[in-house]
Amino acid sequence: MIPTIKRIYKNKKDQVAALKRHNTFFNVTPAFSGPVIGMTSALEQAKADGEDIDEATINSIKIGLMGPLCGVGDPVMWGTLRPILAALGATLAMQGSWLGPLIFFVAFNAVRLGLKWYGLKLGLNRGLALVQDLSGDLLKKLTEGATILGLFIMGCLVNKWTTINISLVVSKTTTNGKTTITTVQNILDELCPGLAALGLTLLMMYLLKKKVSPIVLIFILFAVGILGYALGILGK
Amino acid sequence: MSTLQIILVFLWSSIVGCGSVLDEWQTHRPLIACSVMGIILGDPATGLVLGGTLELIALGWMNVGAAQSPDSALASTISTILVIVGHQSISKGIAIALPVAAAGQVLTVFARTITVAFQHASDKAVENANFKAIEMLHFSALGVQALRVSIPTTLVAIFVSPTMVQSALNAIPDVVTNGLSVAGGFIVTVGYAMILNMMYVKYLMPFFYLGFVLSGYLKLSLLAWGAVGLILALVYVQLDPQFHKTSGVTSAVQVSDGDLPEDELED
Repeated sequence: MIPTIKRIYKNKKDQVAALKRHNTFFNVTPAFSGPVIGMTSALEQAKADGEDIDEATINSIKIGLMGPLCGVGDPVMWGTLRPILAALGATLAMQGSWLGPLIFFVAFNAVRLGLKWYGLKLGLNRGLALVQDLSGDLLKKLTEGATILGLFIMGCLVNKWTTINISLVVSKTTTNGKTTITTVQNILDELCPGLAALGLTLLMMYLLKKKVSPIVLIFILFAVGILGYALGILGK
Repeated sequence: MSTLQIILVFLWSSIVGCGSVLDEWQTHRPLIACSVMGIILGDPATGLVLGGTLELIALGWMNVGAAQSPDSALASTISTILVIVGHQSISKGIAIALPVAAAGQVLTVFARTITVAFQHASDKAVENANFKAIEMLHFSALGVQALRVSIPTTLVAIFVSPTMVQSALNAIPDVVTNGLSVAGGFIVTVGYAMILNMMYVKYLMPFFYLGFVLSGYLKLSLLAWGAVGLILALVYVQLDPQFHKTSGVTSAVQVSDGDLPEDELED
């Protein structure tokens, strides 16, 4: 907010007051900060021009936007856009293609900067009216749509980008000199492909909700991998 | 390693460190961090493949709200150096990266504690409308986070030698390295679970299972699944009854009281 405050308040006392207003906790998905900064700037401008806007209004509106904007921003950016682009980029990169990191970097940042620019302009032009715009169905629709797309893609990723091979041998039958080995994994794949991955993901979700730290879970899975491989239960 | 390379390593890891707190340019994602590090160290191909592999494992690592996730920044930079300088395999790289990510997480918390002091100092600067000081504090707090990644990384870059890495990693028995690469296949689920928990909305979970079942039986590319998901989302939002009840009357009420919508993801 500093450039705005410098621009519109010339008097030191007003500057201190404005700085105090904005030197507080604020946290939102970065790509969605545009509308808030724009709207707050518009409000400060109006206040400097002598309109009757009290401090509490500016701050409570600013804080009030945190929730709904994070509500959209987190699923859109971290739940949908980044995983899709990152999984796509990573797949290309593992095949040795430089398109992988390039697509990820360019596409993600293009969307992010576009959102920031457009959001900032929106907030600046609409001012207080923005709150009314956002209280309509648009944000809710966007949140719901992004969540659906994100969840759907996660379902695909869980199945396609997880490798579990439970190579524990269940039966060994020899017919006509050909040996057929059936492992636990073969049976699970018969039931439904990727079932083990789904089970593991759901277990991880449950444990994370129980406040187990992700890094602890990673090390537990590490240990499971080593033990499982040593005992011949898990294969590559 | 030449002096120029060490300087470049320092600069790049500083940028990566900034990226990991700002979460803007995504330079801290392994896909970017490892690839560029590979270019600096003269082995772009290895950096690229390692980046792709680590990226999948770290897919869901994110800082939502105040929660801390494993540190992908430090993990990427240090593991790339060790893999390339020590001529190690990608799976050994993963074995290096994960403990480093844990250490990095601890360092991040430490760096954040330091920056609290910067915030207190800026509280003081505000009293005098000292813009210069506030801006200085703002950027130097970021500097702390940059150094958090660049100091350990540069130290590793200076002191690492191929023989050292090889003898250290060769001391690890095969069972462990193979087990680790097996584990690498399903450690990704932790990341998936983090994303899923963030987006968890009970009445929308069928879409998750739909994606799971469909992708199990149909072989389509990720982009094709993205398109299918997008169509599903559009159709569902159009049909969703909660957007049809609000006809005229309620929207007029909403304008008059100007209340903010309840955030449905926060319950």
